[in-house]
Amino acid sequence: MGLFVDILLSGVAQGMVFAAVALGLVLISRATGTINFAQGAMGMFTTFIAFSLLTHGVGYWPAFVAALAMGFVLGAVVERTLVRPLRGKPALNPVIVTIGLLIVLEGVAGSIWGNVARGFPAAFSQRGLVIGTTRVAFSHFDVFIVCAVAALVVAIVALFRWTDLGLRMRAAAFSPEVSQLLGVRVGRLFTLGWALACAAGSLAGLLVAPLSSFSPYYMDLNLVYGFTAAVLGGLLSPVGALVGGLVTGLAIAFVGGYVGPDLQPIAALALLLVVLMVRPQGLFGTTEVRRV
Amino acid sequence: MTGIPTRPIADAAPAPAAPPSAGFRALAGRLRLPSQPLVRHLLFFVLGAVFFYVVTVNVGAYNDYQIGEIAVYAVVLGGLSILTGLNGQFSLGHGAFMIIGAYTLALLQLHTHVGIVGELVLAAVVAAGAGAVLGIPAARLSAPYLAGVTLMLALGLPQLSAQYGSVFGGEQGLTTTPPVAPGSLSAERWLAWIQLFCALVVLVLLANLVRSRFGRAFRAVRDDEIAAAVSGIHVARTKVLAFAVSAGCAGLGGALLVLSTGVVNVGEFPLSLSIGLLAAMVLGGAGSLVGVWWGAVALVYMSTWSTSLSQHLSLGTSAAAYLSDAFFGVVLIVAMLAAPTGIQGGLRWIGRRLWRAVAGPSPRPPTDGRTGAVATAPVALTPGGPAVAPGNGPSPSPDPTADPARATTRLDLETKERSRP
Repeated sequence: MGLFVDILLSGVAQGMVFAAVALGLVLISRATGTINFAQGAMGMFTTFIAFSLLTHGVGYWPAFVAALAMGFVLGAVVERTLVRPLRGKPALNPVIVTIGLLIVLEGVAGSIWGNVARGFPAAFSQRGLVIGTTRVAFSHFDVFIVCAVAALVVAIVALFRWTDLGLRMRAAAFSPEVSQLLGVRVGRLFTLGWALACAAGSLAGLLVAPLSSFSPYYMDLNLVYGFTAAVLGGLLSPVGALVGGLVTGLAIAFVGGYVGPDLQPIAALALLLVVLMVRPQGLFGTTEVRRV
Repeated sequence: MTGIPTRPIADAAPAPAAPPSAGFRALAGRLRLPSQPLVRHLLFFVLGAVFFYVVTVNVGAYNDYQIGEIAVYAVVLGGLSILTGLNGQFSLGHGAFMIIGAYTLALLQLHTHVGIVGELVLAAVVAAGAGAVLGIPAARLSAPYLAGVTLMLALGLPQLSAQYGSVFGGEQGLTTTPPVAPGSLSAERWLAWIQLFCALVVLVLLANLVRSRFGRAFRAVRDDEIAAAVSGIHVARTKVLAFAVSAGCAGLGGALLVLSTGVVNVGEFPLSLSIGLLAAMVLGGAGSLVGVWWGAVALVYMSTWSTSLSQHLSLGTSAAAYLSDAFFGVVLIVAMLAAPTGIQGGLRWIGRRLWRAVAGPSPRPPTDGRTGAVATAPVALTPGGPAVAPGNGPSPSPDPTADPARATTRLDLETKERSRP
């Protein structure tokens, strides 16, 4: 019973991180209809920038905010320089560009900071909370993870649902040409979508860094799980990303706890394939994702 | 007859242009490659075999090893190039299929005595089977999803060797025994010959596949799945077949690779290898079976080049690995933004320009080995194909766009490759 609860709780914390990655993928998929395979690597890169700031004596929270801002800027720059020129090209081209960006960023990070596993500090204590008399596998930092990602999801949903800017972003994603005719600055909104997505990726990178061995490749598996989560959630809705993240996190945690941690990626692959075979639009998707 | 004043001019026009180019054109006509695909591909096979024989007997053991490695990657890239360039599918997981082939060979060597030929064939077959299994769900996925699924395979499959360490040897992996060289031949050279032979055989088979009914079905599915289905092509089956063929090539490549390394462990097949394969394929030119050699050379020599570059820039030894990874990333980005047809596409473009400059417009397309496709090109399925009637046959036409042969050749592969990697 204790093991079951511990796995459940760690699955929730992991799932929230996957949800943050998935949220970034969803934002980009809504904006430009592609999958950003560099989502994890961009989060990794900005987290390394925060790491450099920390080693130079900057406080945790200024470094945290700086990393999020860097993610925002990086996303905007990537959209303008690498993704914008490929509008109207086959769907494969931007995918290949983001894969190229993934290994460029990992290569640059590796040559600057080296491929050694380090520790990244956490904002709060990582010792499990004591409930009653037992210590459970859920720390103050895990509480922070859940709150931060939940706040992000609420903010994004609020942005889309209740603000004029969000309405324009939805319109631009729904029909770029018509929106442009109606005076919406479509290109600018796509850039904003990428910027927000990469800020979300930075948040995921900062949150997961203390939980894993911090090397240039630490986001690879998180990207894969985040992709699973995003597809499970239907790739279009932020709430779907959150639910998909939790489902993926729990599935991964139970496979790791009861079968073996080495089978986690294959289990995620199996989960993804089953969902794609049964419901290609994702568990929570309402629109047809696949285009003819 | 007042309406057609241009007719006599058009008739007269080729006359002054004829003397400088007529002899050249006649020569080119005599030099034309055989029109039978099988004969032409066997000619390439013989030329390639002679070329590599001359090269390998004139270099040392280490270069033999590297040439063998180039051949191995040519096998893998050939399969990947067919998958992406011809069928429009996509795989980030070919490193995983190489692992499957490599472990199949090692396990066969450990437990059975089927001989090197049987081991290689079975490695390819097992990997092709795995490719078919993955290809069934993959056939329903669009490119971004397929990229994600295959990426997960490349990351997830290596972990199985740790989980089932008793079978796969865990971190250390399994050992392989290279075939014994006959006579006084060095082991490296014999192995390089085996690898080169396999590469040439595979590429000839793939080239014939491209020109066959299946190859035309691959292209039709790539260009428009609905149109292909309406024309009677079973779309899902075609995509699964393409994936299986491609995975089989990767499996054979993996098996050939571990023959020269002597050991199989998953550390040899990291995610960066899968991405490097994709980059090398794009660099050589997607869909081009000649281009795979450029990609294979880049894969093998990039680590050497980046090591010397990082020494030159005094960056330290650990930076070399990152340099070659980052190089392949830059290749992917630049190729997508600037040159989707890769090196081979660029060479073919230069060749065409040179040909036109030297020989002038000719009814015969340049002899780049694809000309025989004109008769068998899938004109019925590709848009704009049958528009030009063969009207006046072989008479020289001053306007290259009015040339039926050239029009169909171009739409066959190259116009698609310009927009699609």
